[in-house]
Amino acid sequence: MSTTIDDEVSVETPQKPTKKQRRAANIADAASGGLKMLLAKLLMLGLVDAIAIYGVIILASAEQWLVAAIVAVVAVIVNWIYFSRRKLPAKYLTPGVIFLVVFQVFVLVYTGYIAFTNYGTGHNGSKEQAVSSLMASSLQRVEDSPTYPVTVVDQGGTLGLLVTDPDGEALLGTNDEPLAPVDAEMDGDKAVAVDGWTTLQFGEVVTRTDEITALAVPFSDDPNDGALRTPDGSSAYLYLSNLEYDEAAGTMTNLDTGTVYSDIGTGAFTSDSGEELLPGWQIVVGFDNFVRAVTDERLAGPLVYVTLWTFAFALISVASTFFLGLFLAIVFNDMRMKGRKYYRVLMILPYAVPSFLSALIWAGMMNESFGFINQVLFGGASIPWLTDPVLAKFSVLLVNLWLGFPYMFLVCTGALQSIPEELQEAATVDGAKPWAVFRLIKLPLLLVSVAPLLIASFAFNFNNFNVIYMLTDGGPRDSNAPIPVGFTDILISMVYKVAFTGQTRDYGLASAYSIIIFVIVAVISVIAFRRTKSLEELN
Amino acid sequence: MAAQQPVPGTQTGLVIGEAEEFADASTRASVSIARDGRGGGAGRELPRKPFNFRRWFFATGWRHVVGILMVVFSLFPIVFVISSSLNPHGTLTGSNALFSAIGLESYVRILTDPQVPFLTWFGNTLMIAGITAVLTVFLGALAAYSFSRMRFTGRRFGLISIVVVQMFPQLLAVVAIFLLMSAIGDWFPAIGLNTHIGLIMVYLGGALGVNTYLMYGFFNTVPASIDEAAKIDGAGHARIFFTIILRLVAPILAVVALLSFIASVNEFVVASVLLIDTDKQTLAVGLTKLVSNPRYADWSAFSAGAVIAALPVVALFLFLQKYIVGGLTAGAVK
Repeated sequence: MSTTIDDEVSVETPQKPTKKQRRAANIADAASGGLKMLLAKLLMLGLVDAIAIYGVIILASAEQWLVAAIVAVVAVIVNWIYFSRRKLPAKYLTPGVIFLVVFQVFVLVYTGYIAFTNYGTGHNGSKEQAVSSLMASSLQRVEDSPTYPVTVVDQGGTLGLLVTDPDGEALLGTNDEPLAPVDAEMDGDKAVAVDGWTTLQFGEVVTRTDEITALAVPFSDDPNDGALRTPDGSSAYLYLSNLEYDEAAGTMTNLDTGTVYSDIGTGAFTSDSGEELLPGWQIVVGFDNFVRAVTDERLAGPLVYVTLWTFAFALISVASTFFLGLFLAIVFNDMRMKGRKYYRVLMILPYAVPSFLSALIWAGMMNESFGFINQVLFGGASIPWLTDPVLAKFSVLLVNLWLGFPYMFLVCTGALQSIPEELQEAATVDGAKPWAVFRLIKLPLLLVSVAPLLIASFAFNFNNFNVIYMLTDGGPRDSNAPIPVGFTDILISMVYKVAFTGQTRDYGLASAYSIIIFVIVAVISVIAFRRTKSLEELN
Repeated sequence: MAAQQPVPGTQTGLVIGEAEEFADASTRASVSIARDGRGGGAGRELPRKPFNFRRWFFATGWRHVVGILMVVFSLFPIVFVISSSLNPHGTLTGSNALFSAIGLESYVRILTDPQVPFLTWFGNTLMIAGITAVLTVFLGALAAYSFSRMRFTGRRFGLISIVVVQMFPQLLAVVAIFLLMSAIGDWFPAIGLNTHIGLIMVYLGGALGVNTYLMYGFFNTVPASIDEAAKIDGAGHARIFFTIILRLVAPILAVVALLSFIASVNEFVVASVLLIDTDKQTLAVGLTKLVSNPRYADWSAFSAGAVIAALPVVALFLFLQKYIVGGLTAGAVK
């Protein structure tokens, strides 16, 4: 290609174009683009730049300087690439690469980071957020405190309280902003409106009661000063927390019981007896999650059997679908047989139906007490297809065989037909029996071309979340494990459950499991690709 | 699918000689000279042989037995779901007597139930999967074009790293995706958590991947001399790509679009984590929640929904079958 920009010497370009040639090619390229192309390009780039500028402004106002800088740099690079006369490959690669970097590479790295934190239920913010949330959740009304007349005001969906203090001064605050003096319009001795805010009418106050009663406007920056809350939208009372925060010592004291909770570096205020105040905050915990996953007895047990089952599931699924598919390919690869086309179409239907639907349908049919299989095929027996640890594994494998054999059937048919006829003839002339021809000639050749697909299929089944989740939901549940794991869970469904189901979500542990799976998958694929290379040399 | 090659004699357990099989195939329908009993090899020297059930059975008949068994195995869940979808008010138990009642009430129920926004889910799914498919093909084709037609530093590295990165599926990083999207949602609610655009963007993270590889292989089969001829005629790279190459590689574009479409329709994990409101969800998320307990669920309404949901995909699949088989086996056979 005359428009290359590189200096890599490759087989396809024996000669590097001279500078003159490159310039000529660039001019020709630019000349051929035409005005329409140029306009389209400008329009697209303008759009990208507009979005980038908007993004930078928003991010800067949220004080996310690093992210804003990244967005700006990316926008500059994109402009540079598309206005440059060169960088031709980059013009074609950039759009896809941006998505790849953000949603594959970055999230992968980010997963690694989360695995080293205690991110999860009760630990999902900063320490300041945890403090204010603790103070707010332990507010109690102070007996005999003065009554403050209030007006509820709104600014772009954010509710605020316009408070008149006993001295007749107007103060305004929201959940996040402590009370501050404002110039307000007074009605008698009650402030009723303020510039920039909409005063809520009675009807609105009624419809937004839930929001209004949840308002807790801090008195000052010090959380120990308490907050104003209004039960009815017209008068507010002082609420004080029964917790006292000592910023210098980093401790929380429960004023009712006198218990002191201190920050001992575990991401939550902890009392001497080990009791934690939640929510806590997010900290980096190092290898704790990994150590916990493999040494905590109640977690290590499930991890081991889930890993073993994941391997068994993936291997058996690949083997069973491959052999059934190969068998069928051989059976239907006979020209004398009539109606092969119809059989083929009917047999690939399982592959065409979206797999989440098939798995749900099978789950219904395998239901222990109401399912078709027990009720009709087994005459009312109650075989626990999905609720017995062993039978459930069998059911999962059976359904996955149903889902997967058409793919292997198609692939094997293609591979069989591409094996040259002459090989077979030569072998027959030499006196080989059909079985020998198959075993010694066709199968090795077939395996060479199908092996990469078998590896891909293994990788797919290794993370085949849908079948497991829709069919058994990983069940039957293992009641001894502290995480919601069951006997048919594979690693990926275990990650999902640890992260997103149940009362406590443990993102840190889930990410640690993800990293463990990454490592396993990486090791397998390296080994597998080495193996297939050696197979390819057969050819 | 390409024309069938006869590959006789490869069948396990089939030990009749090859010559005989061919003779059998060419003469089966013809008139026989004389029936000579059941001896399989008795008519070997004759050019025409009588129809012999046993020989026919061992040569091709048993294949039909296998075929029928497999068709029953393949179709039985599908027949079951069609039957229960036609059952006017069936629970799971009521669906067991196949085709005992026929009516379209359950279709009406699933389409009009105010608790179950089935049509919204259906529309969401088609829209998300459709846009994802189109953009995946576009981004992938751009990349495949540059890998196939240009030589640049880091080309090999780029090709290999695309494959390596793809080995780690997105659903493993679902926690990070969730946290990333909720952070984006704090600053840009339009593309963050609980938006379709956000979900599509996450899916596009996988646009360069196996699909690009598939397309790259196909692009390589288009002779470069076509590009060169166009270039001599004064066409630039963009014109060559959009007006020449894209048309020549249309079959693989269709295959990749379909595979990507099906993958997005089936995708559950990321969709269930990112889409929170019921009205925003996809079929995979909505229908799964709907029958999370099949015992109490309105099974026939679910079945009706499943039939409606599967129809477009199955229709597309059967319509494009020829290309899909070609695309899959092209990967297999190289």
